[in-house]
Amino acid sequence: MYTETTHDAAHGEHHDHGPAKGLMRWVTTTNHKDIGTLYLWLAFIMLLYGGSMAMIIRLELFQPGLQWVEPHFFNQMTTMHGLVMVFGAIMPAFVGLANWLVPIMIGAPDMALPRMNNWSFWILPFAFTMLASTTFMEGGAPAFGWTFYAPLSTTFAPDTTDFFIFAVHLMGISSVMGAINIIATILNMRAPGMTLMKMPLFVWTWLITAYLLIAVMPVLAGAVTMMLTDRHFGTSFFDAAGGGDPVMFQHVFWFFGHPEVYIMILPAFGVISAIIPTFARKPLFGYSSMVYATASIAILSFMVWAHHMFTVGMPVAGELYFMYATILISVPTGVKVFNWVTTMWKGSMTFETPMLWALGFIVMFTIGGFSGLMLGVAPVDTQYHDTYFVVAHFHYVLVTGALYSIIAAFYYWVPKWTGHMYDEKLGKIHFWWSTIAVNVLFFPQHFVGLAGMPRRIPDYSLQFAEFNAISSIGGFAFGLAQVFFLYIVIKTIRGGEKATAQVWEGATGLEFEQLPSPPPYHSFTEAPPVR
Amino acid sequence: MSPLKLAAIPLLMFGFGFALVPLYDVFCDITGLNGKTGRIEAAEIDASQVDTSRTIEVRFLANTNTGLPWDFQPLVKKMEIHPGQVYEAVFRVRSASDRTTLGQAVPSVSPGLAAEHFNKTECFCFTEQELAGRETLDMPVRFVVGTGISDNIEQITLSYTFFSLDKG
Ligand code: HEM
Ligand SMILES: [Cu+2]
Repeated sequence: MYTETTHDAAHGEHHDHGPAKGLMRWVTTTNHKDIGTLYLWLAFIMLLYGGSMAMIIRLELFQPGLQWVEPHFFNQMTTMHGLVMVFGAIMPAFVGLANWLVPIMIGAPDMALPRMNNWSFWILPFAFTMLASTTFMEGGAPAFGWTFYAPLSTTFAPDTTDFFIFAVHLMGISSVMGAINIIATILNMRAPGMTLMKMPLFVWTWLITAYLLIAVMPVLAGAVTMMLTDRHFGTSFFDAAGGGDPVMFQHVFWFFGHPEVYIMILPAFGVISAIIPTFARKPLFGYSSMVYATASIAILSFMVWAHHMFTVGMPVAGELYFMYATILISVPTGVKVFNWVTTMWKGSMTFETPMLWALGFIVMFTIGGFSGLMLGVAPVDTQYHDTYFVVAHFHYVLVTGALYSIIAAFYYWVPKWTGHMYDEKLGKIHFWWSTIAVNVLFFPQHFVGLAGMPRRIPDYSLQFAEFNAISSIGGFAFGLAQVFFLYIVIKTIRGGEKATAQVWEGATGLEFEQLPSPPPYHSFTEAPPVR
Repeated sequence: MSPLKLAAIPLLMFGFGFALVPLYDVFCDITGLNGKTGRIEAAEIDASQVDTSRTIEVRFLANTNTGLPWDFQPLVKKMEIHPGQVYEAVFRVRSASDRTTLGQAVPSVSPGLAAEHFNKTECFCFTEQELAGRETLDMPVRFVVGTGISDNIEQITLSYTFFSLDKG
C-alpha cells in the first residue's frame, strides 16, 4: 500500500495531470481534495435532511396537543434526526476537513492509502440511503431514539431495524478505515522537519480523534451485532429472560457513546485553535498544553460513560465515581478555553466571518459545558435526566460547538480551496442570523427542561406552551439560515474575489505559506521546507 | 505505525465489546455492586454467629414477565430476621395454562449494597421450573443475611421475576 502512494507521487512528477473529466472523476477518485469535497457535500446534504426532520419535530411541538404527525412518526423523526446528524452530518464533515487539510498541513502529497480513502467515502451514501429508505417500509424507520436502548430496539422493534443495524455496521467500517488512513498519513507522511510537536493543532486533534474512532466504533459494531443475534439467533445479551441484562446494553452503548461525543468535538478544538491566532495576530497561547489537554480529554473520555446512566439504579459508589470523573474532564476543557482567551488577550483582533463563528463557538460551547457540569452532578441529574435540559445541553455543544466550528472552518479555508473569497457581507449576515436564531431555539429548552418537560414526546403540558412556541420559531429561523448558507457556498464556488495565497493577513501554516489558492490538484509532490 | 498493525486495534476492540459482557459480571461479583445475590452451602453457616441484637425486615416481591401465564405470590409478605440465622420463605406459583410451561426466576435485592450479604442455600431460582397444565407449586427459598451487613440497613427487599423459557 505504501509503494502505491510513492508510485502515485512519482507518477505525478512526470506529467502533472489534473482531475479526470465527467462524473466518473468523483466515483473513481483517489485524490484527497476530491474526497474531502465529497465528504463535505455529503455532510451538507445530511445536514439539510436531518434539519428537515428537526423542522417536523419543532412543527409538532409548536403547540401542545397532537397537530401534525402521529406519535409513532414523531419518534421516527427524533431518532432519525439524531442518527443522521451524528453519523451523517458532523462526523463526515470533520472527515472531509481532515481529508482536505491534513495532507496540505503536514506537507504530504496525498493520504497514505488513497484507494481505501475512496472506499471509506463511497460506503456512506449506501449506508444512509439504506437507513433513510426504512422510512417508507412497513414498520417505519427506527423509532427507539438515536441511543437505541434494548429492549425497545430488540424485542419490540420492527423488522426494518435490521437495515438500521446493517447501516450502522457500514458507517462503522467507513469510520474505522478513514481513521486508520488519517493515522497512517500523520505518522508516516509528514514533510522532513515537521516534528510531532510542530504539527498544527488541527492535525493533532485529528490524530487523537482517529485513535478514539478505531477504539470505540468497533464497540458500537459489537453492540449492534449483539442486538442482531438477540433479535434473530436466540442469544440473550440484553434479555433478562435468558440471563442477560438490558442495562448491559446501556453500558456497552455508552462505552462507545461518550468517547463518540469527543470524536465530534476534538477536531472542532483544532479548528478553533487555527482560527483564533490568525485573527488575533498572535501565536496560539500554550501549544503544548493544548496537545496534552486534548490527549487527557481523550483518555478520560473512556472512564465516564455511566454519567448517562445515573438513574438506572447504580449503587452510590458508582454514582460518586462517575460524578467525580465526569467533573474532572472540565479541567482540561477549561485549559483549552483559557488558552483561546489568552491568545486573544492584547491581540490586534479583527472580526471577519470565520472569527465570528469561532468566537460564537467559544462562548456558546462554554454554555454547553456548564450545563454539562450540572448534568454531571449525580444527585441533580436525577431531576434533569431525559428532560429538555439534556436536549439544550447537547445542542449547545453540538450545534453551537461542533457545527459552528465546521462552518467557521468552511469560511476560513474556502478561499484556499476554491481560490475565491466568499461574500463577507453575506457571511456576517449568516453568522448573526444563525446565532440569534440558535439561542432563541435552544435557550428556552433549558427552562422547560428544568421545569420537567420530558424529551422525545410529541405532546406536553400546557405550562410549557410559550417556551415551546418561541423555541419553534427559533428553529425555523435557524433552519432557513442554513438554506441561505447553501446559497453562499454555491456562490463562493462559482466565483468571487480572487484569494491571495496567504488568504488572511495573520495566517500561518504550510497550506497558506507554501501553496497558491486554489492549490494544484496534486500538491506537495515534493516535500516543502518546514521552518 | 503501519496500517496493518493499526487494523489490529479495531479487531481487538470488537472482541473487547463482547468481552465487556462477562467483564461487567465479574466486576459486579467482586464489588457486589449490582444487586445480585450470593449462594452458599448450608454447611458453611456457623450457627453460633447469630446476631440477635439486630432485627432487619425482609420484604418479598413476586412478578411474572409477559408471556408466562403464571400467578406468582409469596406466602408471607415480610419477615423480621436476625443476621446470621437461616430462614425459609415460601413462594406459591399457579399455572393458568393448560399446557406444560417452563420458567426461570431472576432474583434481585435492594438496596444493592445488601446484596453481597444476602446469601441463599436453596432457591427455586437456581434451576428452571416446569409446571404442568393448571399445576400449583410451593417453592422454598432458604437464606441467611450475613452479620457483616451495614448498620444503616434496616429493610431489604427480595424480588423475583419469572421469565418464560418457552420459545415461540
Ligand atoms: C464539560 C463537559 C461535559 C460534561 C460534564 C457533560 C456531561 C453530560 C451528562 C452528565 C450527560 C447526561 C445527561 C442525562 O442524560 O441525564 C450528557 C449528555 C450528553 N452530552 Fe454532554 N457533557 C459534556 C460535554 C459534551 C460535549 C463536548 C458533547 C458533544 C460534542 C456532549 C454531548 C452530549 C450528548 C449528545 C448527550 C446526550 C446523549 C443522549 O441522547 O442521551 N457533551 N452530557
Ligand atoms: Cu457523556
